Amino acid sequence: MASIAPLLLLVLLSTALTISSGSVDGFTINGRVKIPQGMGTKGFVLPGKTSNVKVILNGGQIVTYLRPDGYFSFQNISAGTHLIEVTAIGYFFSPVRVDVSARNPGKVQAALTENRRGLSELVLEPLREEQYFEIREPFSIMNIVKSPMGLMVGFMLVVVFLMPKLVENMDPEEMRRAQEEMRNQGVPSLASLLPGGGRN
Amino acid sequence: MAITYPIFLFLIFSSLVPILSLYEDQVGLTDWHQQYIGKVKQAVFHTHKTGRKRVVVSTELNVIATLDLRRGEIFWRHVLGSNDAVDGMDIALGKYVITLSSEGRVLRAWNLPDGQMVWESSLHGPKHSKSLLLMTNLIIERNNVVVIFSNGRLHAVSCVDGEVLWNKDFEAESLEVQQVIQPAGSNFVYIVGFAASSQFEMYQINARNGELLKHENAAFSGGFSGQVSLVSSETLVALDSTGLILLVISFHEGKISIQHTPISNLVEDAPGPAVIIPSSTMGLFAIRMNAVTIFIRVRGKGMLEVAEKVNRETTIGNALSISEGQQVFALVQHAGRDIRLTVKLAHDWDDDLLKESIKMDQQRGLVHKVFLNNYVRTDRSHGFRALIVMEDHSLLLLQQGTIVWSREDGLASIIDVTTSELPVERAGVSVAKFELNLFEWLKGHMLKLKGTLMLASPEDIAAIQYMRLQSSEKSKMTRDHNGFRKLIIVLTRAGKLFALHTGDGRIVWSRLLQSLCKSEACQHPIGLYLCPWQVPHHHALNENPFVLVVGRCFQSPDALGVLSFVDSYTGKELSSSNLDHSIARVIPLPFTDSTEQRLHLLIDADKKAHFYPKTPEAIGIVRREFSNIYWYSVEDDNGIIKGYALKSKCNSNVADKFCFDASELWSIVLPSESEKIIATVTRKLNEAVHTQAKLIAADQDVMYKYISRNLLFVATVAPKASCEIGSITPEESWLVIYLIDTVTGRVLHRMTHHGSQGPVEAVFSENWVVYHYFNLRAHRYEMSVIEIYDQSRADNKDVWKLVVGKHNLTSPISSYSRSEVVTKSQSYFFTHSLKAIDVTSTAKGITSKQLLIGTIGDQVLALDKRFLDPRRSANPTQVEREEGIIPLTDSLPIIPQSYITHNLRVEGLQGIITVPAKLESTTLVFAYGLDLFFTHFAPTRTYDSLTEEFSYALLLITIVALVAAIFVTWVLSRRKELQDRWR
Repeated sequence: MASIAPLLLLVLLSTALTISSGSVDGFTINGRVKIPQGMGTKGFVLPGKTSNVKVILNGGQIVTYLRPDGYFSFQNISAGTHLIEVTAIGYFFSPVRVDVSARNPGKVQAALTENRRGLSELVLEPLREEQYFEIREPFSIMNIVKSPMGLMVGFMLVVVFLMPKLVENMDPEEMRRAQEEMRNQGVPSLASLLPGGGRN
Repeated sequence: MAITYPIFLFLIFSSLVPILSLYEDQVGLTDWHQQYIGKVKQAVFHTHKTGRKRVVVSTELNVIATLDLRRGEIFWRHVLGSNDAVDGMDIALGKYVITLSSEGRVLRAWNLPDGQMVWESSLHGPKHSKSLLLMTNLIIERNNVVVIFSNGRLHAVSCVDGEVLWNKDFEAESLEVQQVIQPAGSNFVYIVGFAASSQFEMYQINARNGELLKHENAAFSGGFSGQVSLVSSETLVALDSTGLILLVISFHEGKISIQHTPISNLVEDAPGPAVIIPSSTMGLFAIRMNAVTIFIRVRGKGMLEVAEKVNRETTIGNALSISEGQQVFALVQHAGRDIRLTVKLAHDWDDDLLKESIKMDQQRGLVHKVFLNNYVRTDRSHGFRALIVMEDHSLLLLQQGTIVWSREDGLASIIDVTTSELPVERAGVSVAKFELNLFEWLKGHMLKLKGTLMLASPEDIAAIQYMRLQSSEKSKMTRDHNGFRKLIIVLTRAGKLFALHTGDGRIVWSRLLQSLCKSEACQHPIGLYLCPWQVPHHHALNENPFVLVVGRCFQSPDALGVLSFVDSYTGKELSSSNLDHSIARVIPLPFTDSTEQRLHLLIDADKKAHFYPKTPEAIGIVRREFSNIYWYSVEDDNGIIKGYALKSKCNSNVADKFCFDASELWSIVLPSESEKIIATVTRKLNEAVHTQAKLIAADQDVMYKYISRNLLFVATVAPKASCEIGSITPEESWLVIYLIDTVTGRVLHRMTHHGSQGPVEAVFSENWVVYHYFNLRAHRYEMSVIEIYDQSRADNKDVWKLVVGKHNLTSPISSYSRSEVVTKSQSYFFTHSLKAIDVTSTAKGITSKQLLIGTIGDQVLALDKRFLDPRRSANPTQVEREEGIIPLTDSLPIIPQSYITHNLRVEGLQGIITVPAKLESTTLVFAYGLDLFFTHFAPTRTYDSLTEEFSYALLLITIVALVAAIFVTWVLSRRKELQDRWR
């Protein structure tokens, strides 16, 4: 994202005039879509691949495509407030409201509807990149340890290696007493459950 | 199971908003995506020596695409807007595809290799007319020129940058242009057409500057009709207005001469008026009389002579120049099960350059179009390949007597979708060819484990991916335990039924329905609906399920209906019938007979009700349920909603005991000057609702959902606001929504959104409706939710009353009880336009719901219903947070990972269908349009099954390790014990 500056399309911005009163019937909206080159390089959309970008007026009334330099135009538009949407896989574009006024045809009135930011020229840039897939976390030993099976193994290790230590630290008298108690209660020890273990 | 569900619910609710996402390597595991283009209208071959051989096509669904000529795959494809139909197309300079669309108003050039639009220009003209595109070989100032006639104006446009070089108006009153012709090697064009239906007009225009060189006309008292055939660059053939006299019009060097020949002079027993098949073959044309095609040669000065009479179905292809002065054209004829492709030289009828017979699938119907292309073989002779378009809209490439590839492009225009279960697995039922044995299964899991532990080599990773995608489990032809394997049955516009397997999307069977094919009784049949007719379970399990296909003879609503019953396992058409009444609506009733055939109520245009199946048993059920059958009708045009019930037998002259008259129960008349109905939505019939009660944790309260199958959501707008966005101010537009009980006609709720307009997309589920509309004041799209609660049951929250039994929960729910309802509502902004909306449906309705939103970008977004909860507030209390209430925001979030179509587009999205799997957590989603997309979707993750990620090998290793550890410790403890004893 650091390299937003080198834009894909280095065209004179001053030529991006927006609305002009077209021919006999209606107005023309001219605009431009710019996808900064810094975006999309790590995604699946090839940078500068503009052939799959669609520009849609008023929810499907007119659909148009971008020229290689990113320009688009809608012809024969009536005066009023219109909505332009840009669809491009991998990018999130805010819809733009464009006011086409009959009184002063050259005037630009455009605003992003998502953040209500006004535009001085109809140059549309994506608000953000869209990542459709979850990034798979690299393998780490912690994931294995944290998984249910890892915890099971961990518990086993604790029992095998730490329990004897605890038992060793116990007072031998107490130990004997505890063992007696266990025998009296008839609590099956692990050994007695196994074949040949039930002799004691 | 009943106990475990609340635990799951707890787990679900306690978790945060789940992001249902996919890893990139999981693409294709449970989803599939198929791309189509629709019925091909025009095809241009691009077969130069260098580069890959391709064919550029334009279709009736406004698609421009280039296909690989070797395999039929799409190189690139553009879907133009819905009112941007392609009128003409050609290749210029060998690198641009030039298309004329929008009734000749838009001219675009696309880069042939990658589909990038190069330029676009808009052409205007004084009046509406036919649009013609002619590629010239003229060069003006180093610009290749394309000549376009559209909207009464002739334009010359540079192929390089789309600049209009000159234009010329043809404002002559009522000139109907038929052809724009450029004689080879000349630098002028002819514009020929008819004026005032009895005058032939010819203009000769200098193609360099648009200067009018010559204008001639000639009158013919008989008038002209239909289209014309060009037989040389300065001669054409037309028919007079009766269709009985052939006119050969020659305009050589500006002198018009018309020669007429009655068809009866050529053909002895001419059956009636003829039509010309438009073509531009040198010295030859064809006319069709009834089913007979007659080829006529033009000899010398207007001498006509019959070349051949063909009685079979014949399709004629375009003319193709193979060398200087040599033209060929293709003929395709049907001969029983085969089709016969013939390529003939235009000037030599008796000699066939090519004669091939190709076996053709009967389910493809007749050949509709042929496009011929040639290539030079190594021995310098000519070889031919033909692209043919069939009746079912499929596209096939024929070469050397075989079908090289075929595309099922009928699937691009789906009318209706239903699903069917697969057969139960048992002896004698087809099962996938091979089953994995235990060793292979274990090997596979060891490989996976290696993958998890990052020990796998690149070959291993490839093997793992292949194994995952090619799992034989998912494409078996039997029912599975989880209910993932089903058949998706689709009805296409061509009248063909397809059954697709949910596992891999392959076509299991396809059938061109005879009842939806053109016939004497039914001239233009169209399919309307597809309903499950017989879904056997329990006692009728041995029978195959059936689907009912409903159609009508032509477009108007009072046309006679057509029914067809199709076996969903084999695709066999069991029976079909042409009805003696029209079909306005089909209502599946919630009753089935003893063979599990569902009763259907067909309402005709005269409001009469017809019951199907026509069996005595069905009529018995109808008698029993006579007073419980209600329906409604919505008349969009005059804003009337009416409710009906059954009254009495029809008293028409024909005794039909399955036909009933309707009595009108209620009607709602909306003021036509202020409201226009734009959308109506009801609940899905088969939706499962788990619980009626909704626990409100915050105040220890219970709300009862008002769940009724008879609710109708109606949206109306101001009549002015029913057009596109941009044409109306907020002050003069409003959107009114109604919730209407369709049994009593009671309006349960009415709400007005001022300053809003359509289009409205809505979905109704359980006790809520979500709808999408445009807010003109904020100039953004909005989505609103309405939830309906039953207030009359609200006093049942006392636990003691429930225990003692003093509650009214067991009292039957009736629309007539006029229970008090409370509605809650909230609105949010939403970024995109919508194309379709649906909601996930699961087997028992326990899993919380997600909305599936088809956006304008042809993607399907899953949005948790909890974002559309009217109880959301800016600062939810701690208790509310625990319950899962999300703090209120003014707009709905769009999380890229929750696009269930991930990085794919379902171009031309039309509808989204959800079908519950047997597994409660999962729903099957099928989105269709030009493309088809299918996936499994778990609205709250798969809590009831192990994920595909689960490593069995790791589990096995752990168990082995545990058992080993047990033995080791046992041995150790024995030894220790022994030592203790010795001590």
